[in-house]
Amino acid sequence: MSLVTIGNKGLKGAPPAGAEGSAVTVPVTKDASQQRQKRMIAEHFDRLSTAKEDGKKVAYTFVPGNLTELMGAFEMLPVLPEINALQSGMRGKSGAYISEAERGGHSEDVCSYVKCDIGMLRTGNVGPTGKVLPKPDLLLLSYTGCFTFMKWFELLKEEYNCPVVMLHVPYQADGIITPEMRQYVVDQLKSDVIPQMEQITGKKLNLDKLSEQLARSRRAEDALVKVWESAKNKPSPIDGYFGGVYYIGPIFSAFRGSEDAVAYYEELLAEVNERIKDGEGPMTPAGVMNNQKYRLVVEGPPSWTHFNEFWNMFSNEGAIAVASTYTRVGGLYDQGFRHDPQDPLGTLADYCLGCYTNRSLPSRIDLLEKYIKQYSADGFLINSVKSCNSFSAGQLMILRELEKRTGVPGAFVESDLVDPRYFGKANIENRLQSYLQMLEARKSGALAAATAEKPFVIGSNP
Amino acid sequence: MTAEPTAPQNDPAAAVLKRAHALTADYGTAPVKAWKEKNQGGLAIGHMPIYTPRVLLEAIGVLPVAIYGAGDKDIIRGDSYFQSYICHIPRSTIELGLTGMLDSLDGMIFPAICDVIRNLSGMWQMLFPKKWAAYLDLPQNFRPEVGGRFYKLELKRMARELHERGAKALSDEGLRAAIKDENLRRVALDKLAALRSDASWRVPASEAYLVTRAGGAIRAREHAALVEEYVAAANKRSGQPKDNVRVVLVGSFCEQPPFGLIKSLERAGCDIISDDLQLGIDYMEGAIDEKGDPLDALVDAFLHKGKATASRYIGEGRKGAALLDQVKRAKADGVIFAAASFCDPALLDQPMLETACEGAGIPFTSFKYAENTGQFQVIREQAGAFSDAVRLWESAA
Repeated sequence: MSLVTIGNKGLKGAPPAGAEGSAVTVPVTKDASQQRQKRMIAEHFDRLSTAKEDGKKVAYTFVPGNLTELMGAFEMLPVLPEINALQSGMRGKSGAYISEAERGGHSEDVCSYVKCDIGMLRTGNVGPTGKVLPKPDLLLLSYTGCFTFMKWFELLKEEYNCPVVMLHVPYQADGIITPEMRQYVVDQLKSDVIPQMEQITGKKLNLDKLSEQLARSRRAEDALVKVWESAKNKPSPIDGYFGGVYYIGPIFSAFRGSEDAVAYYEELLAEVNERIKDGEGPMTPAGVMNNQKYRLVVEGPPSWTHFNEFWNMFSNEGAIAVASTYTRVGGLYDQGFRHDPQDPLGTLADYCLGCYTNRSLPSRIDLLEKYIKQYSADGFLINSVKSCNSFSAGQLMILRELEKRTGVPGAFVESDLVDPRYFGKANIENRLQSYLQMLEARKSGALAAATAEKPFVIGSNP
Repeated sequence: MTAEPTAPQNDPAAAVLKRAHALTADYGTAPVKAWKEKNQGGLAIGHMPIYTPRVLLEAIGVLPVAIYGAGDKDIIRGDSYFQSYICHIPRSTIELGLTGMLDSLDGMIFPAICDVIRNLSGMWQMLFPKKWAAYLDLPQNFRPEVGGRFYKLELKRMARELHERGAKALSDEGLRAAIKDENLRRVALDKLAALRSDASWRVPASEAYLVTRAGGAIRAREHAALVEEYVAAANKRSGQPKDNVRVVLVGSFCEQPPFGLIKSLERAGCDIISDDLQLGIDYMEGAIDEKGDPLDALVDAFLHKGKATASRYIGEGRKGAALLDQVKRAKADGVIFAAASFCDPALLDQPMLETACEGAGIPFTSFKYAENTGQFQVIREQAGAFSDAVRLWESAA
C-alpha cells in the first residue's frame, strides 16, 4: 500500500511520499486527513534517518502479520520493505532496481518486490523521501501468508548480517483458527520474538504499554471499518481499491497503535461521512467521481508502476471499486477482528493468523462472494500479478467459482507488482473496456437472457 | 516417468531395475491397486513430493503414495487452472485428479512447500470434496517445546482424521514398528549413497533416482529391500571409472526433472554423486530414534535431522553451509543448480547457495527446466561445457 492519502480537494492522483519528479500531478489542496498522513509519514522517515543518533532500534518487517504495537511498546521503528518496493514502483525506480538484482543472479521468475528491495539496497538504500534508510537492528520475519517472506529475509540476512527472529504463523487451511495454532504463535512470541526484542533494545516488555497501544489500534480499526462500509452507499464516497490503498497506509504500517493513527482515521471517517451527506463520490485521477456506472469488487494487488494509469482505466469508464481484498492483507477488520487490549499476546496471534493471504482459497472465495453481495457489485475484477503466488495461484478457480455462486461476471487481467515489463497497457485497457461494455449491455438487459445460465467471462475460461 | 531402464538383460541389476520401473508406472500409483486388494479397506493417501511423515501413515496402516505430477503427459484441463507464470506440477497434478488417474487414492496431503502447493490444497478441497485433503503445516520454529509441540499436535490431528476415515488408531507400538522400517530404508539409502560416492560408474544417477523413486507407493520395509537388492546387484558390475566430473545436483525438487534430463547430464560427462531429487522419501539425515516416546522421536527427527531444503527456514548458521557439506562429503568437483521454472523456493534460494559456492571456490552452473521439458540439447551442451571447464580448471590447478 502507499503511505499518502488522496483527498477530494486534490486535483489529480496524489503521488506517494517523496515522489519528487513523478509524472503525476501534485494536488493543489488536500483534505485534512491527507495532510495529516503526509505529515505522519514525513516525521516517520525523519525519525528513521536519525534513528542511530537517537539511539532508536530499527526493525525491518512485513505488512501482513506485522507486530506494530509490540514494536511500539519497545519504541522500535519499523521499516517495511514491501512498502519501499511499491514506493519505488510508483516513483518509476523499480525497473532499474530489479535489473540490478537480476544482474546479481536473481531469477526473472521470482517476486519483483524482493528484487526491487535488493536492488534498492545495493544502490544506496535511499528511501521514498530521499533519505538513506538505516540498517536494521532486527529482521522481524512475520511469516504470514507468504512463503517468499521467509526467503526474502534469508536474503536480507546475508546482506545485513543482523539478527533475524522468525514468527511462523500457521496457515488457515481449513478456514479456522484452532487453539493449537493460536498457542503456537503465542509460544513463539514468548520464547523467541519478545526475548529477542528485549535483548536488542535492552528493555523489558511493558505489557501495560502494549495494551495501551492495542486499545488505540482498536479505535482506529473501528473508524476504518466504517470507512470501508461506506462504500455500500450509492454513490460510494470512497474507492475501495485504488483509493483504499491510501487509506490503509497508516494502519498497515508504522502507525497502528499510535494517537496519530486514531486521529487520522477519525478525521478520514468524518470526511467520508461528509461526502455521504453531500451525495458525493471520491476523488479519482479523473476528478470527483459522482457518476458511478459500475460497482466492482477487486481481487489482487495493484500494479504499482502504472498505478494511476490503471486507476484511470476505471475512472474514465465510470467504474468504481466498492471493495477489495488487497486492502485486507494487513487485517480483516471488517470481518469483526479487533485488537484486544485485555489479551495482548493472544490478540497479536489472532491478528497474524487472520490476515487475508493466510486464509485458505475456499475462505477467500467466501469473502469475495460476501463482498459482491453486500456491496451490490455489478462485477468483479481479478488483477493477477506475476510476482505473487500467494495471491495468484488459484485465482482462475476463484473467477469460476464466484461466477457460479453469484451469477456476477468476472474479468481477469494480468500484470505485476513493480516490474514495469509486465504491464501491457493496451491489453489490459482493451479487456477492461470490453468487460465494462458487457456489463453495460447486461444492465440494459440485452445480454440478460443470454447470460442467465452461463455468465460472460473475460479472461481464461476452461 | 516414461523412460524405460536401459540396462542390458545380462546386467546384474536388470531385474530389480525393471521392477523399480514398474513401481513408478501410472504416475506413481501402480502399486496401489495390488496393495488395496491385499489390505481390504486400507487407505492410500497421496502426498506432494517434499517431506511428508510417511512413517506416521504407515503406523496407522495407511499406504503413503508420493505424487510427482504428470511428467510429460499432455495437459489439457489442468492448464485452465493456472496462469502461465505458475510452475508446472500443480497443473499436472490437477490434470491427474480430473482425469481419474488418482481415483485409487483416498486423500491427499499437501505439505508446506510453497504458496502454490499451499493454495493447491484449497483447490483440491473444492475440486474433490468427497476425498480427504490436508495441508500439513510444517513448523519453522525448531524448538521442541514450541515448533515441536505444534508439529506433534498436527501429526495427531492428521492421524485422528484418518482414523475417522478407517485407518488404525495411532499407537506407540504401530509407530515404533514404522520407525524401525523407516530406519531400514535409511540404512539402504545410505548404502546407495556410499556406492554412488565410491563407485559412481556402477551406479548411474538415473538408476539411483529410479530406485529411490520406486519407493513412492510401497512401504518403507519393502523399499529398503528393493534398494538393498539394487545395491548388491550394482556392486557386482564390472567396469572402469569414467573420466567424468563429480557433481552435486541441487534443485529443492518438488517438480521433478524429466528422466531424460538426468541422463543428458550423465551423457555430458557429469557423474551426479549426490542430489536432492527425492525430498519426499530421502529427507532425513540419519536414523529416527527408536527409544523413548516414538511420536517425540518422529518430531525430533524432523526438527533436528531434516535436510536443509529451500522450504525450510535456515535461521542458524550460514545459508549454504549444508550444501558445502554435501559437496565435501560427495567429494564433488562442482554443483549443478537445476530449478523448475517459476519455482519460488528453489529460485530464491539459488543466489544464496551460489554465493556460498563462490566463497568456497566451488564451480557451479545453473539452468531451469519444467517437468515436461522435451529438448535437452541445450542443457546437455551447457553441462558438457561445465564438465570440460571443471576438468581444465583442475588440470590447471
